[in-house]
Formats: sequence, structure tokens, C-alpha cells
Amino acid sequence: MSENQIRSSVGKPEQRIDTVEKAAGTLRYIGDYTVPGLLHAKLATSTYAHAKIKSIDTKDAWAVKGVRAIVTGDMFPYHIGPILADRPPLAYEKVRYYGEPVAIVVADQEHQAKKAANKIKVDYEPLPVVNSVKQAFQSDAPVIHENLGQYTKIISNVYPQAGSNIGSHIKIRKGDFISAWESCETTVTANFSFNLSDHAALETRSARVEINPAGKVVIHSCTQSPFTIKKVLNQFFNIEVGNIIVHTPMLGGAFGGKGTVQLEPLAYLASVAVGGKLVKLDYDREEDMITAPCHIGLDATIKLGADKNGKLLAGQYTFLIDSGAYTDQAAGITRAMALDCTGPYHIENVWCDSYCMYTNHPYATSFRGYGHPELTFAVERTMDMLAKKLNLDPIDLRIKNAIKPGHTSPTQAVITANNIGDAKQCIIRAKELINWDEGIKQETGKNKIRTKGISLFWKTSTTATNAQSGAVLTFEADGSVNLNTAAIELGQGAKTILAQIVAEKLGMDIKKVHVTMELNTQYDPHQWRTVASSTTYLAGRAVVAAADDAIKQLKKTASIVLQCSEDDLDLGGGRVFLRPNPEYGVEIKDIALGYKFPNGHSIEGQVIGRGKYIQRHLTPMDKETGFGKPGPWWSVGAQAVEVEWNTKDYTYKILKAVNVLDGGTIINPATATQQMRGGMYLGLSFASHESFCFDENGVVLNPQLRDYQMIRFGEHPEYIVDFIESPAADGPFGARGIGEYGVIGMAGALGNALTAAAEADLNHLPLTPELIWIAKKGTNQ
Amino acid sequence: MLSNKMGKTLVNIHVNGDTREAVIRSADTLLQTLRDELGLTGAKRACQNGDCGACTVLINGEPMHSCLCLTIEMQDKMITTIEGLTDTPLQRAFVDKWAIQCGFCTPGFIINAHALIEKHPDADDQTIDEWMSSNLCRCTGYQEIKEAIKTVLTDTDAV
Amino acid sequence: MIAFDFEYYRPESIQETIEIFQKLDQKKKKVCFFSGGTEFITFARVHQVHADAVIDLKGIPECTALEGKENDLIFGASVHLNQLIEANLFPLLSQNLRNIADHTSRNKITLGGNLNSRLMYREGMLPLLVADAKVTMYGIEGHETHPITQVFGKQSSLKHGQFLTQISIDGSFAKMPYLAIKRTRISKIGYPIVSIAALVKDEKLRIAFSGICEYPFRSRKIEDILNDKGLPVHERIDKAVSCIPGPMIDDRHASGQYRKFVLQNVLEEAMEFLEG
Repeated sequence: MSENQIRSSVGKPEQRIDTVEKAAGTLRYIGDYTVPGLLHAKLATSTYAHAKIKSIDTKDAWAVKGVRAIVTGDMFPYHIGPILADRPPLAYEKVRYYGEPVAIVVADQEHQAKKAANKIKVDYEPLPVVNSVKQAFQSDAPVIHENLGQYTKIISNVYPQAGSNIGSHIKIRKGDFISAWESCETTVTANFSFNLSDHAALETRSARVEINPAGKVVIHSCTQSPFTIKKVLNQFFNIEVGNIIVHTPMLGGAFGGKGTVQLEPLAYLASVAVGGKLVKLDYDREEDMITAPCHIGLDATIKLGADKNGKLLAGQYTFLIDSGAYTDQAAGITRAMALDCTGPYHIENVWCDSYCMYTNHPYATSFRGYGHPELTFAVERTMDMLAKKLNLDPIDLRIKNAIKPGHTSPTQAVITANNIGDAKQCIIRAKELINWDEGIKQETGKNKIRTKGISLFWKTSTTATNAQSGAVLTFEADGSVNLNTAAIELGQGAKTILAQIVAEKLGMDIKKVHVTMELNTQYDPHQWRTVASSTTYLAGRAVVAAADDAIKQLKKTASIVLQCSEDDLDLGGGRVFLRPNPEYGVEIKDIALGYKFPNGHSIEGQVIGRGKYIQRHLTPMDKETGFGKPGPWWSVGAQAVEVEWNTKDYTYKILKAVNVLDGGTIINPATATQQMRGGMYLGLSFASHESFCFDENGVVLNPQLRDYQMIRFGEHPEYIVDFIESPAADGPFGARGIGEYGVIGMAGALGNALTAAAEADLNHLPLTPELIWIAKKGTNQ
Repeated sequence: MLSNKMGKTLVNIHVNGDTREAVIRSADTLLQTLRDELGLTGAKRACQNGDCGACTVLINGEPMHSCLCLTIEMQDKMITTIEGLTDTPLQRAFVDKWAIQCGFCTPGFIINAHALIEKHPDADDQTIDEWMSSNLCRCTGYQEIKEAIKTVLTDTDAV
Repeated sequence: MIAFDFEYYRPESIQETIEIFQKLDQKKKKVCFFSGGTEFITFARVHQVHADAVIDLKGIPECTALEGKENDLIFGASVHLNQLIEANLFPLLSQNLRNIADHTSRNKITLGGNLNSRLMYREGMLPLLVADAKVTMYGIEGHETHPITQVFGKQSSLKHGQFLTQISIDGSFAKMPYLAIKRTRISKIGYPIVSIAALVKDEKLRIAFSGICEYPFRSRKIEDILNDKGLPVHERIDKAVSCIPGPMIDDRHASGQYRKFVLQNVLEEAMEFLEG
């Protein structure tokens, strides 16, 4: 992996390999497939946020024409979950959130299933509702999980507290916070909060399941985690792993929401109920928003202490994470927020309590950024508040405290020159791009002012300690190559990136690399989930290894044909040739499937390139101190936002959003820019527009795109993207991960820009004009 | 008088220049019929509530949310779906200008933009924003989509 | 998708419509009149409305009329919003309708449908209120034409079996200075928290409101206050705000207090428009 070579594909803005069929509208997503005779499943969901189920009356539902089965929770009264097994797939005995699945109807046609589902009558006995994390944390709050102490832990780093609503409590105790805090000359304490929101990917979730008489369970799903589906069905439903086959096509967006396993077990139970027939379960938008897991809410309190020059000495972080009714991945987010709680700053004394809280809200799962957009909002707002108190420029304060090689993270993992990007360079570049030096605040007209806000952020990918990827390369008779990995195309361009790596390694045009766009767990090599900005890194390394393996085999065959040493051979332009004498060589197409001599003798056979890569030296965290190495590296970035704020009516327009990311070598600057822009949009829309609204009974009032507002076309800013490339010695061509990062600093930067404009601390989301008005009123009193 | 009782009926749908038969209920939306009866799955089910534009088709050249149309209402109309547009400058611009990531919103955007360009070949920013704010995208942030549309408008001008 | 089945009819004349309605009504069928149908479809798919039969009014020529006739402007109740906007016979109406839903939806939503909306907004009412519009309805008992305020007040007073065919205004209103403002929680596409339509006639402001209380309204009392040159502008606004004919809406889109703040700002703009 010489950095001095002129590259043919890696580092170039190669055109994506999936977009022509997307523009033609011919690509079929999971919901676009139908089979004659397919049965349709529809859910009946809870109309209460917290209630006992006294009885379920299915009589009227059965009377609807076409109904073939009705499944209720008593068919499978067990708990499942990726971190803590606390969730029955169908509510059993009680419901814990508005929208929780209570029954499944299977019918010949979808409208019949829907009609019947609407006729299911559930007799509920309402229970007191826990409607916020603050309330959930009180010692006298109603307990949502009475049997919390008996739930099975699926991984080690989850610590539920029986008798409370604490699904997990993760601690960081680094250094001596209590003494250090006493010695701080300047301190800031602040509280931040926002409610749950949603991924709202355009493609709503869909799965179909069939069980053949030999016992093979075949699942088609828009999932980010096909192998996790197998694991769940094996672990909890007792099906042999080898008898579960998952197919996944290209996805219509995911943003973390399709990484967990929810609708596949429901579709499976529906299929079981009809004797294994093919059943399709499609979520309507309302179900996709609140029945399927959503995006966490948060209540955070941060205390930062510095010396009089602004050097950070101590930090205390208390996170109450609204996980909703079940922990799911929010328990992992709880951990992720703790281990990166400081942001990319060097702080020797760190105290963090990160709580995964149960409430009677729809439950939460991974959302792009996995806790980092959320913690970064709180940290970056606190940094600005500290800068103000110290009378320091916000950027100078950050540069002064930026974490560097030799320092340690909150979990005391050592930062090295190789495992982190260059935060200082990122923020200096962002400063230029937002034109910071003209001043943070400008008056632009009657009642209008223009302000800027900045944020600095980091994230590590906390994959499983044994997360891995695999890749297989096979060749066609014309010398072109098929690349087979279980990395999933969510829209992030993963398949194109991997194709570029193959093209680069084998010295071929990318058009000769055919990537399997759909996944089949039976013949795709094992892959950890397509989440956590880890796919380029893990799958990239596996692809590099597979290419190396293929090259070795090609050279072996060529060395026999050319009667020379393998060490003297090179690859390029579709040939294997003698390095000192390049005209002397053989075409790849003549050796890729073995070589046949003129006399008919054939040797070596087809080249099958195999590669794999598994994470190195990752450990879980210590229960008391958080000590451990949970991630392989940190990507870092700086973001800035410029807004124009109306001083009279408090409305605002986001003019510019800047992103400077150090994710190591950028394999494709065009797809990377797409990712950054999309991430910035998601982060800004979340920060400014998005939130679920609950009434006093925990009922979600806006589970539709109509009044779950998002930034619309025309309301978007100009996105400016740049990259600093500090290569990772162990990444494929020096790459780390970048997929999620566009989101991470946006809420912090927007909050800082609007705080500067309104001259009132804006510490809650979403940043609607009303929220700014409320904050302003608070400061005026 | 156009009518249908309870139960299903056979209708003729004029789509992409062809006339095709479909079996429908009165309650079936055009989106459902296009996808489930006619196999034209380019128009997507994303909200079925007229909020996101992923189901947009052209009815006599005008963009409409096909989820807000009953099939039976649209029997006598000329319908164009994304499958009716082949290798247009707009589709090429979406690809060339990096306006596509997951692609789920793409057919709806292209159909709507196609109608916009036909009707307002000199559309200004305000008009583009007004039309295209009918379509949601969660992946791109809209900048490249706007550039792709503007590229085609400029080229149309030049012609 | 709509889970239940219904009969569908698209009559081609008013007479045919009444006949079909009577036939269905006699069989005790629940009948919904269908214009754009967007509200019917979105409510039906979440089981909030049910019908045994729908009668689509778009086939009736009177319902799709769009013309100037002598001094009057006629808007068919089943004309869709973009058509009305493009024809631009009444610029205030065009500007006001442009704020409803999104552009693509406006190719299906009709003016009659908006007036009959089950939601509290009915923003299409506002220009019609300040222009003293009249509405024509047909039913089993024949046809009637009334001022819009008599038919669409707090609630619709359309009788059983009655359907709207046309809305008309005196053409002179279309030439008056006008202003339409819509404010939302944040994104432009969404329900209004304050929406107004205003005209200046004979140097006096006429103004109608939506989104601030349970129904769209025009209030003479508020207009008298806003037109009172004897009071300073700020006092006029405060007084007017205190006179809205119902409690200020307090919901997830905006709290009552914030809505009041937005209304005050909007009224300031209206007053500047009046002075100008």
C-alpha cells in the first residue's frame, strides 16, 4: 500500500455503480417484489403508552374475508434484544409504548389484513405513564420493567438496575474529578435536552419470510444486519443458524434504523402461523415511525472546569438517555456516549454517568452517529459557554484543548499518531471556509443579523470486539471480476468504494469489477453489521486481502505459463507480465479460470480470491471505571454553520454549513462529499425541525411526515465540504471511517450560531423560532 | 357515467403510451394499481399520505401524488411514470451531478422535475423550490438535486 | 391504503348527482361527496372516515367552471388549487392558496374540498371572507346561493345531501391591494400557526384569520379596531389580539403565548401594508 504510487482508482471521484438503475426507476427494493399467492401481514398496535392487556378479542377480525391467521403475544412470550433481552416481539401481558405491536393478522390481501387488524379489540387497563427521562429517573417513578433483574444480558457491558427504570448504567472514572474540580478557576454547568425523533428513511421497513418443509427459514428484508437476524432467530427462536438464509437487496436509506431486528421475527411468527407460507409484512409510515424503533431523546448535564487560561482540567457528564420502552441499541449508545463523552479534548479528570432510561415512549435504536451528535450538541454548547466566560475566541479554546497523540481518551485508551485524525487542522480549515475572521456577528439589514457557530467533534466505531468482514473474488472468462461481500448498499456508496479498491489492486478499469448488489447469507462471507462507519475499514481490508490472494494465484498460474519466478511478475492493464520485460506476459482472461496449454493440458484452475479482516485488540469496558479499548480509531472533524436570524420574529435561515473531516485517506472524494452533505442535512434537520410530540398520556401526536417536520428542498443551506487526510497505517489505502460524521457537529454548531444571534443560551432542541423566543423571554426577565 | 359498485372491476389504464388492463377496487389508489397490478414499481410507497412525493406520477403532464388518486378517477387520463422516461437528459444529469444516494426518492424527483422543465423551461429558483419542495429526500440534503435540475434548465435554454 | 370497500360514482350533471344521492340515501348508504379527495383518502386510510359510496363531483361542468361573468368571478368548487393560482383571476386568492400544502398536492386539492375540510384551518376561506363571497349549493330541495359566512361559519351548515358547486365574488375585489401571510412552526410546508388574508377596500383594511382559533373567521370588531386611525398602531394591535372570537389555540405547533407573539408580528405587517 505505497502512498507514493500514482493511483488509478482509489482517491478518484469514480462514478457510482448503482445510480443508473436508480435514475431509471427500475431498481427493485424489498417492497417492490411480489409473488402470486403471497400472504400479507398487518399489525394491530397499542393505543396506550402503558397498560396491562386484560384480553384480546379477535372474533370480529376473524370474520373478515381472507383472514388466514391471527398471532398474539402468547404465541411467543419471551424477551429478545441485542444487548439486554427485555422485549417481547409482540406485547405480552402489558404494553409499554404507544404503537407497540399487539397482534399480527395474516390475510390473502393487504387491505383485508388491515381491515381485520383494525377490528381487533384489546381490553386495556391503563397504568401510570412515565413520560420523560427526568420522571423515569425519580426514585418513586412507576417501574416499567418489573422483572428487570431477570433479563438475560447478551453482551457484558450492560448494567441494569432492578427495581428502577435504569436499563443500563455505564461509568467513566478517569483521574480524580472531585479534587480537580475544586482547583478549577473557571467552571460552567449546563443542562441540555431534546425528545425522541426518527430516522424517517424514505423506504419504509418491509420483510417477507417463508419456511420450507425441510425447515429452512428464508427471509428477505431491508436490513443493515442480515447475520444478526440469523443470530436472533437462532438465539431466541431455536432455529439452527445454518437453516436461516437472509436476502438483502439495496436499501432506500437506513441511518441506523434498520440495524436492529424487529420486523423479521414478526414476519417469522406470521409465517409460522400459516404453516410456513410466504408472508410479507410492510410497515405503513406511521408504524415505521413509532412501532419500529426510533432515535433517542436525551437530558444531559455537563460540568466543565478549566484553569484561568482555558486549559480544561475536569469534566463531569451525566446523560439520561430516553431509550423508550425497551433498551435495544440505546444501551450500546449509552456506552458509546460515555466512552467518548469529552469530545475531542484532552481532559485528565473525567467523571461520567451514562444512564439508559426506560420511559413509555417508542423505543430507540442506533441513529447515524450513535450517540455522538447528541453528546456533541451538549459538549460543544458547553465549550462555547466556557469560551464566553473566559473571554476567549471559541476556536482558540478548542485548539488549546484538542486531544493529541500521547493523551488518553475517557476510557484511558491511548491516542497515537495513527489512530486519530488531526483535529487542529480540521478546525483551522473550517475557520477559513466559514470566514470566521470577519467576525461572528454581522448586521445585514432591517431586523436581520448573520452569525456563525462552530463545533469540533470525534467518534470512534464501537463495533463488537470480534467484528469482521470477508470478501470473495471470482473471475469471468473475459478477465473481469466479481466481488462478493456482505457489505450492504444503503445509499452510502459502499459497493462503489469496494469496487475501486479491487480496480486499484488488480490494475483494472472499475467497469470490469462487478459487485454483487444483493446479499445472500448462504454464500456471502460473514460480515458484521453495515453500521458504525466501519464498512470501508473492515470490508475494505477484507477486499484488499482478497485481491492480494487473487494476485498471488494469478501470479502462480502465470509463472508456470511464463516459466519464471512469481516474484518477478506484476499486474496491470488486464495482464500479468514480467516486471523487467513488460511485453512478456499473459492476459488475465487466459489464466483467471486456469490455463490450457496448446496440447490440451490444463493447470491451476479458477482463481478464487479470499480475504477477511477482524478487529484487533478491542476490549469491553471495565464496569467501575470504563477502562478499555472499545474502538479501533477516531475520525475527527470540525463543522461550522452560518445563519441569518430575524431579530423581530426569531425565524432564521441557515445560509451555509461547513464540514472538514479527517477520516484518513478518502477513497472516493465524490461519494465522500455526498455522505458529508447528507449527514449535514440530517444533523441540521434534526437540530432545527425534528421531534416527536407526546401528549400527557405518552401518545405520539405526530407519527406522520405531514407534521413531523423536516428541512425541505429550498430550505437547505449551501454545503461546503473539505477533507484532511491523515492516513491510518492499518486502514485500506489509509482510510478510516466517515459515513456518519456529517451529522455529528451540526446541532452544536447551529446551537452556537443561534445563541450568538439571540444572545440567549439555546440548550434544547429542536431549535424552532418558538424555542428561541422562550429562551429570549427567559433572559429578558 | 363512470361508476363501480362494491367489489372489483376491470379498467383500462393509459400509462406510458400503452393501454393496459387492471383489476381494481373503487378504494384502490393509483399508486397501488401501478405497483401491484401493472408491475410499475418505480413510484414508491413511502407515506401514502401525500406528504413525501415518492409516489409522484404525471397525470396529463401534471405531477400528482399517486397515493392521493383513486385508480378509478384516473381511468380516462394519460399517466406517465418513471418507467416512461428513458435515458432523458434529466436522468443523466442526476447521475452525473451525484444527485442520487439510496435512490428511493429519485423517481419522484425526476418525474416532478421533468414536468417542471416542460412547463417552465425558464424556471427561476423560486419556482424550482416551490415545485420540488413537494419531494422529500433524506440522503442528499438537496444541493446536488437542485444542481442537476438547473443544469438541464440551462441546457434547455441553450437549445 | 383504504381497508374498506365503497361504491364510486362520477355523475356528469347536477341532476344526475342528486338522483344518485337520493337512490343511495334511500338504501341508507353513507355517502361522501368527493372533490379532490385528498382528505377523504388520507382520513379513510387511518380509519377516521368511512363511506359506503362516494360521489365524485369533478364530472359536473358547473363544478369545474373558472371564469369572469359580467362583474362576477366564478370559481367551480372542484377546480384544483394550482388551476386557480395559474388563472389568477383573484390575486389574493392565488397568493393565499399557494401557501396550502405543497405544489404537487395542489394539483389535486380543490377549493370546495378545502372549504369542507374536517380540519380547523380551511385557509381557502380567508380571501373569500374578505371579498364577501357567495356560495352556490345544490341538493334534493333545489339550489341555494348564500353569503359564505352563512354556510361556512364555525362549522359547515350544508344540509344532508347538499354539495357545493360554485363560489363567486364581485370582480372589483380582485383589483384591490391585497396581502396574504402564512406563518408555520418552522418549515414552510406544514399547517399554519397564523394565516391571514387582507384587502384594502375604500381605504379600510379587511382581514380574515386562520390557525389562531378553532375556525377561520373575519371579525368586524377587529377590523374597526385596526382601522381606527385615532389609536397608535401598537395599541390597535394589542386590542385586536384580545378580541379574537375564541381561545387562542395552544398545541404542538405553537403554544398560545407564542402564537399571540406571531399574530402581533403578522398584524404589524398588515398595518404597514395598510399604511402603504
